[in-house]
Amino acid sequence: MSEVLNFHFVVNGEDFTSAGQASMMMKRNLRQLGMPPEIIRQVSIAMYEGEINMVIHAGGGEADVNVTEEYIEIILADKGPGIKDIEQAMQEGFSTATDSIRSLGFGAGMGLPNMKRYTDYMDIDSEVGVGTTITMRINLQ
Amino acid sequence: MKISTIKELLKAEIVCCEDMLEHEVFSACGSDMMSDVLAYVKDQAVLLTGLVNSQVIRTAEMMDMNCIVFVRSKMPTAEMIELAKDSGIVLLATPKRMYEACGILYSNGLVGNRVKNV
Repeated sequence: MSEVLNFHFVVNGEDFTSAGQASMMMKRNLRQLGMPPEIIRQVSIAMYEGEINMVIHAGGGEADVNVTEEYIEIILADKGPGIKDIEQAMQEGFSTATDSIRSLGFGAGMGLPNMKRYTDYMDIDSEVGVGTTITMRINLQ
Repeated sequence: MKISTIKELLKAEIVCCEDMLEHEVFSACGSDMMSDVLAYVKDQAVLLTGLVNSQVIRTAEMMDMNCIVFVRSKMPTAEMIELAKDSGIVLLATPKRMYEACGILYSNGLVGNRVKNV
């Protein structure tokens, strides 16, 4: 009978300046729950990269974080253009971001690889023209 | 290296969180690409950047960095300063360019390779 805590966030896709707010709030929630700093950092970075991706590629979306006794699960769902070739998108340095996104400090083709780097499990479910759902888990045990 | 030493070495101006100048940093990272910064976790690091937008502060916050140095006399916006105050991140602004600023800190012992494995 393990308890699951759920945190739900709406990620506004119109405003690049506010991107990262959900991750910031989640970071504070995890601190309040007394999670170890390394775990908090892994969750924050993975969620932040995902949030930025949703804002720059998909016009926003929704984020759900489930905290169980075994793991922390981050589910990021958007109704954006989808990812054509996931294998290619996972390569470090590959990016479809525009120059204007690069001038904001993102679009170096490190977002998805970073998300994988900081998590123990990552699944990308994407359909072109429909949207993308990314599920990531960070083990607590 | 203490943040106050960084300030002296780079002839930097303090933008906010002056009360944290005696805090230590153990590594450094110089980049305008935030995803490159996010790729490798460093322990109590300083971020040197020429990029000025709110995501610089959020990136530092996610990485638990406690100091950001803006190079080439770039100044953060009021909104960025508020975010940095909330997160307890010292903001400095130096007239030096990125290459020179990094070189000065490196040659004074902040070698920046204390990368932690997560």
